[in-house]
Amino acid sequence: MNTLIAISGLGVLCLLVEMFNARKAIVPITILGLLAILGYNISVYNTLGTFYNNMMLVDRFSVAFSSLFIVITTVLITMSHEFYKDRPTKISDFVAIKVFMLAGGVAMVSFGNLAMFFLGIEVLSISLYILAASNRLSLKSNEAGMKYFLMGSFASGIILFGIALIYGATGSFDLTTIYQVTHTASYPQWYIIGTIMVVIGMLFKIAAVPFHFWAPDVYEGAPALTTATMSTLAKVIAVATLYKLAIILVPGQTYAFQMIIVVVAMASMLLGNIMALRQNNVKRMLAFSGISHAGFMVMTLLISNNSANILLYYATSYAVAGLAIFAVIFYVMKDKENETIDNFNGFGKTHPLLAAVVTTSLLSMAGIPILSGFFAKFFLLSQVIQTGWIVLVIVAIISSIISVGYYFKIILAMYTKDSEQELTSIPLVYKIVAILLLVANIAIGLMPNLVLNLIS
Amino acid sequence: MQNILEQIGIENYIYLSVLLFCIGAFGVLYRRNAIIMFMSIEIMLNAVNLLLVAFSTYHQDAQGQVFVFFSMAVAAAEVAVGLSILVSIFRNTGSIDIDNLKNLKG
Repeated sequence: MNTLIAISGLGVLCLLVEMFNARKAIVPITILGLLAILGYNISVYNTLGTFYNNMMLVDRFSVAFSSLFIVITTVLITMSHEFYKDRPTKISDFVAIKVFMLAGGVAMVSFGNLAMFFLGIEVLSISLYILAASNRLSLKSNEAGMKYFLMGSFASGIILFGIALIYGATGSFDLTTIYQVTHTASYPQWYIIGTIMVVIGMLFKIAAVPFHFWAPDVYEGAPALTTATMSTLAKVIAVATLYKLAIILVPGQTYAFQMIIVVVAMASMLLGNIMALRQNNVKRMLAFSGISHAGFMVMTLLISNNSANILLYYATSYAVAGLAIFAVIFYVMKDKENETIDNFNGFGKTHPLLAAVVTTSLLSMAGIPILSGFFAKFFLLSQVIQTGWIVLVIVAIISSIISVGYYFKIILAMYTKDSEQELTSIPLVYKIVAILLLVANIAIGLMPNLVLNLIS
Repeated sequence: MQNILEQIGIENYIYLSVLLFCIGAFGVLYRRNAIIMFMSIEIMLNAVNLLLVAFSTYHQDAQGQVFVFFSMAVAAAEVAVGLSILVSIFRNTGSIDIDNLKNLKG
């Protein structure tokens, strides 16, 4: 509970520091604050409970996922000073909005009442609309912000309607009451419609097929740091929330619900990976890659044994690999007119170390052994086999193989083609972040138990 | 209040809300003027508010009405952000037609 209050306070503090003309101190203060909050959040791991009349429900699931969100936000904010170098006067806004977004995300995984869930998702979405349109002189960024705004508020409307129907059917917004009503008493049929509308709204947010169409456009148009935020932080938050909602709201694992999840997962994996093959724009390609990973993460809703742990592990490995790739993309795509793969030409000769980071991170996303991405897929699929959906596992493996095709496009560009551009030195922050993330990726790949036993 | 609800029937409130929600949804999908799309989103959210208030009276429970305050505040914040994005689009293109936004495709 105090985690959420502390994060909101930190966001306000960022804005206050700006008022006292200490712009250079904003990023270090925020990082220190986030690390302190992370330490506090881990320390409450064993003292769990509900707060404010069940508004907040702090359990191991919420503590583990909040810690992951805080780590991802810290990484993003570490890079934001360098990224916004050309706009130093706006740095406090960008940092504060990211911190408020984190507050929304923490509210979304630790809600005990649908009101808290709705506020969390709106805080997250509104922050992202602003960040997507934050490069206000660029028409592409405006367009991305507008498209994201229209699609996002449409999805919010659907979620809100679903919440209203759930309230009508059960007479409460409280999760424990809803759980009791749907598992013991009889309830009106429109409760199911409400649940489906909430799930559809969340599928919009995680960009799973068939609700994915906004993602490539928005990821391409938004500034690169916002794209990194959306594809790692926002996606992980939305998937964790969808998991929590589906576990509590869906009464029993019915065949119909499993069928919906299977179809969504298969369509996301295949369509995401096949469309990514055709892309030449790196950000657009990573958007489709994100759609396919959303399909993988949705599969955790099918399995009953150890599913929260596997979701956490998958989300961690996906976020770590994605952030490492984006750290290099910020450097490669800086001040470039287009964001095509050609910009990576010759990167392996000019910057061998960072090229190795990108290569390993891409291989991790594709699922090559000893990197964490392989183990994430391995744990997930070995559990899905036990549920009996063999077709789903086959589709997942085929789509993983397809994904190697487009990840290798970048790797080939780096190592086989020659560079036309002059050598510039890479900012130290990006270098440190990329290497630390690579180490983290290999560490959680070699020692999966670091992450895999957190939620029991 | 309870008496009026009994005379009209809760199902009529649900029909009205669903109708308003659909009008809003089709407005977002088919109209190309950004302001009208914003208005349609507001209609969607207000349809839900109506439904929440009706259910709140039906259940004799104040939670639904409190939720409406949250949803109104959120809707106001959302539209404020949307309008500011629209202003920056207008500064760049000189028009608020959504069809002008066709730079991103692949």
